[in-house]
Amino acid sequence: MFKYLFAKSEDIPQGAAAVYFGFSAIVWFVIGTGLGAFNASKLAFPDFVTGLEFVSFGHMRQVHVHAVIFGWISMAFAMAMMYMTPALGNTKLWSEKLGIWNAFLWNVGLSLGLTLLWSGMTSGREYSDFPWFIDLYIATFMTIPLGINVWMTIIHRKTQGIYTTNWFFGTAVFMVSIVFIVGNLPEFFHLTGLTEAYLTWWFAHNVLGLWITPVAAAIAYYTIPKVSGNPLYSHRIGHLHFWSVVVFYSTPAAHHLMSAPLPEWLKSFASVEGVLILVPAVAFVSNILLTMQGKWNMFVENLEIRFTVTGCLMAIPLNMQGGFQQTRAINWYIHGTGWIVAHAHLALLGFSTFLEAAAVYLGLQTLLKRKLYSLTLGNLHFWFLLIGFTTYWVSMTIAGLIQGAGKIYEVPYIDVVMAEHPYMIARWIGGSLVFTGNCFWLYNMWMTARAGTVIPEGRMAHELAYER
Amino acid sequence: MVNFREYKIGARFFGLALGGSMTITLFMPSFDLRNVNATEMALDKQLWAGHESGFSLADPFLRGDNRPVRVTLKVDPKTGQPMTNPVTAYVYPAGTPLPNGVDHPDNLGQIVEQLSQDKGRIGEASKAQGAVFVLNSEPQGDGTKQFYIENASATKGWTPDEVVKAAGDENTYHASYGKSIFVREGCWWCHTLLPEETQDWQVFGAPPMLGDFNGESPTAFGSDRKAPDILHVGSRNSSREWMMLHFFNPRLVQPHSIMPRFDYLWGPVDAKGQKINFDQWRAEYNEYVEGKRITAPEVPMYASNSDARALIDFVLSLK
Repeated sequence: MFKYLFAKSEDIPQGAAAVYFGFSAIVWFVIGTGLGAFNASKLAFPDFVTGLEFVSFGHMRQVHVHAVIFGWISMAFAMAMMYMTPALGNTKLWSEKLGIWNAFLWNVGLSLGLTLLWSGMTSGREYSDFPWFIDLYIATFMTIPLGINVWMTIIHRKTQGIYTTNWFFGTAVFMVSIVFIVGNLPEFFHLTGLTEAYLTWWFAHNVLGLWITPVAAAIAYYTIPKVSGNPLYSHRIGHLHFWSVVVFYSTPAAHHLMSAPLPEWLKSFASVEGVLILVPAVAFVSNILLTMQGKWNMFVENLEIRFTVTGCLMAIPLNMQGGFQQTRAINWYIHGTGWIVAHAHLALLGFSTFLEAAAVYLGLQTLLKRKLYSLTLGNLHFWFLLIGFTTYWVSMTIAGLIQGAGKIYEVPYIDVVMAEHPYMIARWIGGSLVFTGNCFWLYNMWMTARAGTVIPEGRMAHELAYER
Repeated sequence: MVNFREYKIGARFFGLALGGSMTITLFMPSFDLRNVNATEMALDKQLWAGHESGFSLADPFLRGDNRPVRVTLKVDPKTGQPMTNPVTAYVYPAGTPLPNGVDHPDNLGQIVEQLSQDKGRIGEASKAQGAVFVLNSEPQGDGTKQFYIENASATKGWTPDEVVKAAGDENTYHASYGKSIFVREGCWWCHTLLPEETQDWQVFGAPPMLGDFNGESPTAFGSDRKAPDILHVGSRNSSREWMMLHFFNPRLVQPHSIMPRFDYLWGPVDAKGQKINFDQWRAEYNEYVEGKRITAPEVPMYASNSDARALIDFVLSLK
């Protein structure tokens, strides 16, 4: 890939940037989940690897979070944008070279940022932990160039209309840059106190609501019709989804601080808007599942469809939790407990990861013109991810309910820690399964690039039978 | 090709929707947040925590560079005479970034800003020369007291050097340095700094109020509680010895704790300047755990300039 950095634009093969982003994303996924499993082991067995600052839990937790959000999830998004946006506009990517540089600088910046975080150079603000110069780097060299490429590709499209996926892509790349710059204002201008606390969660909420959720959904709007062969069930429900994301998902930031002394009107407003997130959620899930009509056999037979539909199905409990857990009636019980950790993993490791994994599987096979090397490894990846995630989610949800009960009945905290211990072990096992599954995936994708069956011209990957 | 009607309308509506949401979630709350007067808690905290405890150019590696100290004065730094009541002073040596409320007094809220400017003379404080601050209060008509920041360098002529000298090392708290250790070591990933407004206050102390955070950065509330809230931990447990054992190896005082060991914060040497043999300590501790020793090995006393000391000073400052 490095040879294309200084190649002439016309010498760079189409799809090179997407392939670069795709493999980077998988590598970051392996690193990120490996760190997650290691962190979980320290919560279960606190004396496992001890006395070294660089492998202490407090130094590694945020590296796990940022490796999966900015490495795995966001690079998989970029990968999807690099091949879906031109495909849906019946054109080429506006600049392959910009894409290659974007992927290269993304890896460089993320490696640098994670190294600094690991060493303890942090802003001390959750989800915006990077020091401000890394934030500026992310906006300048990661999100804005990605946005330019996506926008220019949409502008130079050869179709009349813009398909649903591309509305979301174009909007999300714009919004994420805004969110990044506004959300980090406390660091740029040293805003303090509740303003800083509120903007921290304004950022954390919106990076999920205006970047991760809509882009993941947009990917499903491409994958399901493309692979199943069915047209999208309803363009209008897509409209409802899009507009309700913009209106309802951009406003409930304060519901992350329901028990902090923010103005009460702001918390009430955020809470109501938070319930309204169910509107885009229901629109999205119903639209995707109805698109599957008559093709449900593919849920069993086809790996990409299976990943995508599983992700969509996980959006149901995700949004039911998300809509209601932030109301005052429920939030007082589960706020700050493992329940929230389980919910965050349902969003990122359940819903979103399954949709992105499908996009990366589909995209790499299409661009490399190679059939997936091994269905067996693909199946193992799917089941390791699903069983590992479920183990994690169930154990953390139970741990969260225990913590909530401990909180309201004023149990000495150490008794809560002891009661949670078996679930911490289960959490570590779940995380280790996810990590193992991802190692299979990296091997499988590598072998696909090297030894997968060549897909004949004019054929699509899913039309060929698996060979292993 | 871009210029057809649906997308013009859509783009305008998008601007309206996102602009509206920004107005409601950013612009409107800013009025409420700006009108808040800093409470005594906020003033105390921003004075001992200093300008910034996360990444900053004054302390890029979060090692406690350019930090203020909080001291308890038992003698007058000018005359050397004992004071009737000990005074808490916040010392900003020359070159230390000034606290947010002094740099930007409008963040203190209108009433506190006016008192701090007029009576406290905070406008005369300078980073280049350093300054000493104290908290002072003005009785109000309703019987309450209104706290404000007083620049003791201007009102009393105290200089940072003489205040530090008069207080002595045992009455000096490196709480600001300690807060950067708290941030750097990720203590806040488990120990929240936000007792909740529901039942928490009975165990972890009063939940904070609207004006309790002015000038603090970062607030580091934490969101993922796996350990007790410590916003008021210094009021529950003020034992330096307990803290020392607990940081070195939490299992010494709480066998079921899952907190990591922070023995590495001791640095290479103990209080007497002798090299700490961590390997030997761990080996002896393992023997103790296995039942081969009656007592756990003794925890070395931390050096007065170690990270461990600063972190304990910080924790004990959380009242």
